[in-house]
Amino acid sequence: MKGANMEHRASGGLMRAFEVANVIRENAATQTLLLKGRLEEARPGQFVMVWLPDVGEKPYSIAAAVPLALTISSVGLVSSALVQLQPGERVWIRGPLGNGFQLTGEKHLLVGGGYGAAPLAFLAKDALRQNGQVTVCLGAKSASDLLLERRLEEMGCQLRVATEDGSKGFQGLVTAVVEQAIVDNKPDCVYACGPTGMLLALAELCKRYQLPAQLSFEGLMRCGVGLCGSCELPEEVCLQVGLPTGWLACHDGPVAHLS
Amino acid sequence: MVEELLKTTFLGIALKNPLVVASGVLGTSASLMERAAREGAGAVTSKSAGPTARSGHANPVTLAWGNSVINAIGLTNPGCQEESPILIETKKRLNALGVPLFASIFAGTVEEFGEVAKVIAQAEPDLIEVNISCPNVASDFGEPFSANPASAAAVTRSVRAAVSVPISVKLAPNVPNLAQIAKAVVAEGADAITAINTVPAMLIDAYSGKPVLKNKTGGLSGLAIKPIALRAVWELAQVISVPIIGTGGVTTGLDAAEMIMAGASLVGVGSAVVNDGPAVFARIARELSEFMQLEGYQSLEEMRGKAWRAS
Repeated sequence: MKGANMEHRASGGLMRAFEVANVIRENAATQTLLLKGRLEEARPGQFVMVWLPDVGEKPYSIAAAVPLALTISSVGLVSSALVQLQPGERVWIRGPLGNGFQLTGEKHLLVGGGYGAAPLAFLAKDALRQNGQVTVCLGAKSASDLLLERRLEEMGCQLRVATEDGSKGFQGLVTAVVEQAIVDNKPDCVYACGPTGMLLALAELCKRYQLPAQLSFEGLMRCGVGLCGSCELPEEVCLQVGLPTGWLACHDGPVAHLS
Repeated sequence: MVEELLKTTFLGIALKNPLVVASGVLGTSASLMERAAREGAGAVTSKSAGPTARSGHANPVTLAWGNSVINAIGLTNPGCQEESPILIETKKRLNALGVPLFASIFAGTVEEFGEVAKVIAQAEPDLIEVNISCPNVASDFGEPFSANPASAAAVTRSVRAAVSVPISVKLAPNVPNLAQIAKAVVAEGADAITAINTVPAMLIDAYSGKPVLKNKTGGLSGLAIKPIALRAVWELAQVISVPIIGTGGVTTGLDAAEMIMAGASLVGVGSAVVNDGPAVFARIARELSEFMQLEGYQSLEEMRGKAWRAS
């Protein structure tokens, strides 16, 4: 019998086996694994630790909860093994972990930098279900690195794209596109996931426009449950965005809620 | 909360409460140790530092398992030369909060223990905790020094000769002669004993048929080892003259009271951070104070060793 998740037994925090049901190719380096089974309690912006025995364990944001889906870009040892998985093979998941995004108001501005777009479809779906208006700004190095663009558009999000090489959309950093979207749409809240540099720029931008921001920070996750200290956000980053120092991405985040 | 009830003195050091952040938890940076102190810890122990930098084991390194935790992090640390300035900064911040700093050290040889202690002593911690009992580095270091009285004593002698700061030696529970080891360590000048380290253990995932930790085996901590820790502290407190930092599975104020009744002077808290985060220290302190009030204890001293003292 395959799939411990089908038994819905309490794992007590340990990993549970999930079978891969289907694999969707997102771009050259990225696949979405659709898994058999659900993580009903998961919220957008939360993460899971994904384990492949004999390979390793890494954190990934949750791309969808019912059924559970993970959008994985091949960048390292674990992720390159994960993107090669075929239907019928298994992955092991512990979580959901962390706090997640919280939809605020009705007009939502979502920002994804590079692989940071992975959790945005999940958030957009929730926002649209609540009849919210969703604008998504995506940034990437090049057109071929853009993630989830078509999916988000088909869902009913208004898309704005920036690429560093100008191969699609605005040529430059996504923050420029975000500022224009803020001016045009006057959103109630900005939600973002991506590299720290982008998040810091967005924190500044949101402060200037007096907008609440929910920024999902990456951390080096080891324990994932607030013990080991590996994912502590550097003190200078905390001070820059106004977070209390000693902020742990796994326990206090990964989403920093800034008002 | 009656804060007065929880005040205590340990080796001449004043603490606002007996709860110590156990080594290996939240002890990696000045900002994180400062946070633990702000959130209610009575003292903070840094993560063990050794002779040179170690990246530790690969993931998975730590897993919550019910109210317990299994870990094999593998003594990740920047090396004592890098650790020393971190501890200097930490000490400065903790001083401002009236919270003492305990610095944990480890090494691969008896001589290195003394050398690491000397480097770490530059940061003037209030205590050096000598970790001779990590169960997760056998492949690098062989049998832990805590395994027998002679090797435990040799390490203590080396550290004692190197530094004048108070030292506590952290012991492992999985030995047949714990009291003998503790006595040997005290005879060589240990000012305190920390008991216990994690208990060697493993978990296997049935669906893959594989050990869940990358290191395969690890150390068990949390509620599952509370009875093991209580027994160790209860035994040691009756036969040694130095105070004990009782560590293992303390998750609530009642657990802390029981550890003190076993004979502990201070109480280590580690795995309990999983559910509450650093806020766990304030919760346990409040619960301990409430218990003392309800049961009419005027001081921690009144509870200490109650489980074996003739009343």
